[in-house]
This record gives sequence, C-alpha cells and structure tokens, in this order.
Amino acid sequence: MYTYLLPCILLISAGAYYFGASRANAIAEASGGMRSLHSLPSHYGMFTAMSSCIPALLVFVGWGIVKDSVITSLVTKSLPADLLQLSGNELTLVLNEMKNVALGGFASHNTSPAIQAAANLYIGTLDWTNKLVGGGIICCAIIPAAIAYRRINKDLRARNLVEGTVRIMLIGCSTIAILTTLGIVFSVLFEALRFFHSIPFSDFLFGLQWSPQTAMRADQVGSSGAFGAVPIFVGTILIAFIAMSVAIPVGMLAAIYLSEYASPRLRTWAKPMLEILAGIPTVVYGFFAALTVAPLIRDLGHAAGLQVSSESALAAGLVMGVMIIPFVSSLSDDVIHAVPQSLRDGSLGLGATRFETIRHVIIPAALPGIVGSILLAVSRAIGETMIVVMAAGLSADLTFNPLKAVTTVTVQIVTLLVGDQEFDSPKTLAAFALGLLLFVFTLFLNFVALRVVRKYREQYE
Amino acid sequence: MKNIENTGTSLLHPTRQLKRRYRAEKWFQRMGLLAIVLALSFIAFLFFTIFSDGYTAFTQTYIELDVHFAPEVFSQEKLARANYPGLVKGSMRSLFPGVTSRREKKQLYSLISPSAAYRLQELVEADPKIIGTTKKVWVLADDDVDMLMKGKIDRKQDESARRIRDNQLTWIDKLIADGRLEKRFNWTFFTSGDSREPELAGILGAVKGSFLTLLITLSLSFPIGVASAVYLEEFAPENKWTDLIEININNLAAVPSIIFGLLGLAIFINFWGLPRSTPVVGGLVLTLMTLPTIIIAGRASLKSVPPSIREAALGVGASKMQTVTHHVLPLALPGMLTGTIIGMAQALGETAPLLMIGMVAFIVDIPGGITDPSAVLPVQIFLWADSPERAFTEKTAAAIMILLIFLVAMNSFAVFLRKKFEIKW
Repeated sequence: MYTYLLPCILLISAGAYYFGASRANAIAEASGGMRSLHSLPSHYGMFTAMSSCIPALLVFVGWGIVKDSVITSLVTKSLPADLLQLSGNELTLVLNEMKNVALGGFASHNTSPAIQAAANLYIGTLDWTNKLVGGGIICCAIIPAAIAYRRINKDLRARNLVEGTVRIMLIGCSTIAILTTLGIVFSVLFEALRFFHSIPFSDFLFGLQWSPQTAMRADQVGSSGAFGAVPIFVGTILIAFIAMSVAIPVGMLAAIYLSEYASPRLRTWAKPMLEILAGIPTVVYGFFAALTVAPLIRDLGHAAGLQVSSESALAAGLVMGVMIIPFVSSLSDDVIHAVPQSLRDGSLGLGATRFETIRHVIIPAALPGIVGSILLAVSRAIGETMIVVMAAGLSADLTFNPLKAVTTVTVQIVTLLVGDQEFDSPKTLAAFALGLLLFVFTLFLNFVALRVVRKYREQYE
Repeated sequence: MKNIENTGTSLLHPTRQLKRRYRAEKWFQRMGLLAIVLALSFIAFLFFTIFSDGYTAFTQTYIELDVHFAPEVFSQEKLARANYPGLVKGSMRSLFPGVTSRREKKQLYSLISPSAAYRLQELVEADPKIIGTTKKVWVLADDDVDMLMKGKIDRKQDESARRIRDNQLTWIDKLIADGRLEKRFNWTFFTSGDSREPELAGILGAVKGSFLTLLITLSLSFPIGVASAVYLEEFAPENKWTDLIEININNLAAVPSIIFGLLGLAIFINFWGLPRSTPVVGGLVLTLMTLPTIIIAGRASLKSVPPSIREAALGVGASKMQTVTHHVLPLALPGMLTGTIIGMAQALGETAPLLMIGMVAFIVDIPGGITDPSAVLPVQIFLWADSPERAFTEKTAAAIMILLIFLVAMNSFAVFLRKKFEIKW
C-alpha cells in the first residue's frame, strides 16, 4: 500500500501544478498579459498542487496511525465466541498469533483452525480496508485539486494563500521542539507517577537500599524489591566528581593556554585536535574504559597493595573526564575570548605578568561564564550513559571509595529497561522514575547554566 | 617601602620578588602546555590501543582440507540433506589418522568452524558434478585457532589456563608445517551479519541498519530543522512564544540522550505501537535528538547572511517568502548542510537511546527495510564488547575503526563544505 500510494500522491500533485500553472497562463493571455494576474502562474500551480497533496497526506498519515487498532477491532468483533471470552492478555496473545500467521512471519505447525480462520479474516479485512482507504486517499488528492483548479481566476490571491500555508507549516515545524519536551515530560511523568503509586516518593528518594528484583510469584522468597535510590545518587555523584576533577583542571588550563599563550599556529591545530575528543562516540570510550583503563588501574592498585574492583568508579570517571575536557575547554575558551581586550591591556600596562593578569583580572571577569560552562559539563557527566554502562558496575553499594564498583542513574535505567519486561511491574516503572529525576536535574542545571552564560555575554557586549 | 628600595638598587638585575613572579609565570605556562599534551596524548593512546587491538581482525585463519565428496553421502534425493558435518569430520580424520579416542576426535573437530559444513554445501549446490571427486577446500578455522595464529593465546601458558590444549597445539603445528593453515583477508567481516561464532561475525547488518536509521533521521530532521530555523530567524515575531521555543531548543540540545530513548520507548513503541528494534523507531528518536543541533546551526548560518541581501530583495518587490526562498536560504544552505552533517555524525555514534528502544537484540539477518529488526554500528560494538570470547575483542576494535572512519569522513566532508562555500561578507 505504502509503496504505490506516496508516488501516486506526488504524481497527482505534480499534475495539479502543471494544470494550475497552465490555466493561469491561459487566463493571463485571454485577459491581456501577465500583469493582469494577481500572482505568478507558478503560484497558481503551487496552489492547486498544495490543495491536492495536503489533504491526501493528512489522510495517509492519519490512517497509518489508526490503521492497526481499527483493523484489530473489526476482526475482534467477528471472532468466534469462545475466543472472545478470554481475558485481555490472552486475547492479545491470540490476536498476535493471528497476525503472525496472516502476515506470514512464521506459520507454526500447531495453529488451531479458529486462529487460521481468524487470520484469513484478518487478511480479508486488511485487503478491503486498504483498497477503500487507498481509493479515499486518491479522491482526497484529486477532488480538492479539481475544486482549486475551478477557482483559479485572475483575481485569486494565490501567492498569499500559498505563502500563508507555507508559513503555517514552518510554525508547525518549529513547535516540534516544544512537542518533544512535552512528550518527554508526559511519557516520563506518567510512568513515574504509576511507580510512585506503589512505592512512596520519600522511600524512593531517601531509601538506602536498592535492589530492584521483585518477586515474580507471590510465594517467592527474598526478593521483595527495595527502591531506595540514595546509593545510585551517591554512585552518580562519585563518578561525576571524578570526571570533573579531571576535566575542569585540564580543560581550563588548556583553554587558558590556547587563548592567552599559544601562538596562532599552535592554536589552529590544537583546538580541532581537542575537539576530536568530543566527536568520538561514547561507546568507544566505554570500550576503552572497560578493556584498557580498568585493567590498568586494577593492576596498578594490586601492585600498590590496594583492593581494586575490576569495574572501579575510578576507571569510568577518568575516561568520562577525558571525554568532557573539550566541553569545558571550548566553552571556557569562548568565555575568555569575550573578556574585553582593554581589561588585559590595562593589567599588563600596570606591569602585571600574564599569569597575574589571568589570575586577578581575566578569571574574575570570566567567572560567571566559566561557572556556566562547568555546570553544562556536569550535566553532561550525569547524563552520560555508555561509558558507565560498560565500565561501571551494577551493584548499588553505598560507598565513596573510588576503587569500588558503583552504579549510576543511567546504568540502572539501561539495565532495568533492556530486555523484555512487563510494563506494569515497579521494576520497569522505576526506570522511568529515575529518568524523571535525571531529566529534571539536568534541565535545572542546563537552565541555570544557559541563563548565566547568556547574562554574562550581554554584560560585555 | 621595601619594594622601592629593592628595585632602586638595580634596574638591570631582577629582584627576588620579580624572579618569583616570573617563576610563577613560567610554571603556569608549563601547566597549560602540559594540559594540552595530556589531552592529546590520551587521544593518541586511545587510537593506538584501538588500532593495535583491531587491525588483526581484518585477517582470518583458514584451514585447507582434502574433502572427498563420496557419492554414498549424496544418495539422498535432496543435496541439502547430506551429512556435510560428517564430510568435514572425515577429512579432518584423514589428515590425522593417529587420532582415535573419542575425546581427541572431539578436540580435533573443534579446530574447524561450524561454518565449514555450509561451505561444502554451497560448493556442492553450486556444482553437483564435484560429487565423487576429491577437492582441496579452504574453510574457516575456529576462533581459538585464529587467536593462536594471531599470537593472542600464549603458547607458554599452563595448559589448563589456555583454550587450546597441548595435543591441539601439535596438530596446529603440523598443519602450519604442511602449509594447510593460512591467514587470509577477512571478507566475512564485511559481508555478513552478527553471529555467536566470532569467526563468522560481520558488520554488514549493523552498517546497513545504521544506514537505514540515518536515512530516516536525515530525511526527517533536515527539512524540519531548516523549516524551524527559517521560521525562528526570519518570520517569528519577538514574543513570549518565540522565546519559549528558543529556550526549549537550547535545553533540548543538552538533555541526556538516554532521555530521548525513554521518550521513544513510551511514545513510539508503547503508545503508537511501532515495531521494536527497527530503524524506523531509531530514526525517529535520533531525529528528535539531532533537531536542536541542526536548528541551532541553521539559525547561526541564517544570521550570517547580511541584511543588505534581504533589503535589496524586498526593495525590488519580492515578498518576504520570496526573499527567503530565493535569496537568503540558498546563501545559508552550505552552513545548514555543515550543521546537518555534524548532527548526523552525532546520530551515527549514538548508542544509549537505541538501547532503550530494543536495538540490542541479537539479529543475524541483514535488514532489508526500515521495518525489519536491525542492529546499528555502535550498538553492535556494545554487544561485541560485552561478549566473553577473546576473539570478539578484536572484532569490536575493528568495528570501532570502521565507525571512526565513517565519522572522520563525514566530519571532513563538513569541513570541506564549510571551506568551499564559506562566504566572507
């Protein structure tokens, strides 16, 4: 269905464009030249083309969204009575099996005749609905175009209509950003609220034990599930702290050196080299942390007589810190550049060395911006996933020891949601609760950071 | 007072205080240089590790067998029913007639990859006339043999600690001496999908999945991104609503990528019922993720078009829309394309949101369309990095090399575009 409908719609709109434009040309000739038309012929063409493709595409997309549920409900109505008496979950199973049989995904040997019949029914329904809607879509493409074609005359304000429509589409595109945010908030919030129905919010936020394994059966022992997120927060903070204590000094010093000391030549090649660090996918860092850095740290620790876990927080934190260096350095670089040259000249003119100028003049002047960039980097570190998934552990111990394995919010989200789970158990819903916290926290950091940076830029502009 | 006295004694010889200040200056400068050297040497170390881990994956060990396609094996009607594993085992036995005990035989057979039987089947099906003849056939060796050939299994290690036993070692040495063991270019790595057997695992499925995912991302995010950038920069009135959109876009650019995965899981999969693990869902999620990047780059590039162009177009009677589509947009397009390519490079390397929407499934088949389950390159790397087999480490590193090559190519193309079409007003 999809393979021929889209080209069909396109073809019809192209035809509509041609006919619209040629009718406008004809009218222009009949009424004494192009100047008598309100708009250019191409605008009339666009007008007819748009009135054919917009309704058709709307119906096409709308059908794509409701198609599955409509067909399923049509088929369900005519299922035999004994199948209909099944409970909701079993009915879903039966319907899924029917679809599998119908679409030829795999025909199992022990398909019951009832399901076979239902599958045939499904194929039939699919067939006639597809034909019906396909015909409807073609009509939707042709009829409005014909009406628009009839409406073309020399006074029709085609350009205004076309431009108005394009403008509405532009507005629609730019609201997608808002819709995304809303989508994130609602999808995460609803599931998180469901989670907080079964686990009280205070237990989640202040509980000291995290073991999300819940009992599958009522009589199972020993896995009641504990959802105290404090160990996870501690792990996240620990790793982020290690990362920042690598990234802030190295990033800041690199930025200061590049903007204040380095020759233009060094600057032009060292800056892009540092940016490479930001372009490497995080999964590569994860591989590196897990297979190179972690064993290295473990061996060093053993040589020094320390107990080091093979998935230590230190390894993940160090590598994450290196990943964040370019964020700190390029943002600080911008900020330092925004400090007016007159401040530098004044300080140097009074006899201060460069270092003194940097320490007493440039850094204080750039401080808000630097803080902003550090906050952005912290939000990066907290939200970073792959490095910790691959190099940090899963055990939610409440510890500040960087040589032990800790777990983070993102690691827990991944482990709780990867694989097949029921979507009602607190275990999966906990991932959304963690996601909500992560989102709110990083949003807060970003918001503050962006405000600070923006304020600061305005100050010197 | 003291300062003045000190400097008064000699202007030509720096005082102790001045020396101290200069020392601090030097020390600070060195620290800065050290920071840069540190960061750059980390890059070098990273690339070196990955290259030295991964380059061996581009060759694979093959074993030469003398296979006798005995007619009695093919007595059955269908060629596919014949006992191909038996053929492989038989030719291994004929190479080492001394091996008799059951345990030793098992060890002997384990030198050959399970794919050898399929290779023989392919040969027979391609040319049934070879039945009854004896042919020399190169088949894949097991991944442990491969690791040994590449020096990644230490021969001197204690027998119990290594995956190749002593008697297997002597057989391998004999094979090497006979010239029956050879490392060849690893075409399998580029032409097959994932596998549980390291010697059969390839990246084609993941590369194709990545390609399909990026195709969807590009075809959605580029038009939408350009449209929103144009609206916000050229048409939007200055009001609360526009401000809200702007703050939103800036914040979305910094939201952790895993959150987009949660969104995709809750809305695209659970609510809309789109199929899991497919490029179409991956593409949608990555579209939402890359849109802010593209919009921000697009706005910057529209901003750099001087107002005189707009004023001239409006002055000769073009409408606002005509001004934008005929003059401003073509001038801003190279910059927008650069931003888009950088966004696509980001999307290509992204893993976390795709884990959320189930792209971690073990998928052997090479995806044919956007609704087939598929892996993508970074997720394949993640999966292989998690595999316990030693041989997967080199595959992981090799897949990372391929990924980095794609990323470097995309970024250099972006830089090239910027250099080529950059207009200095």
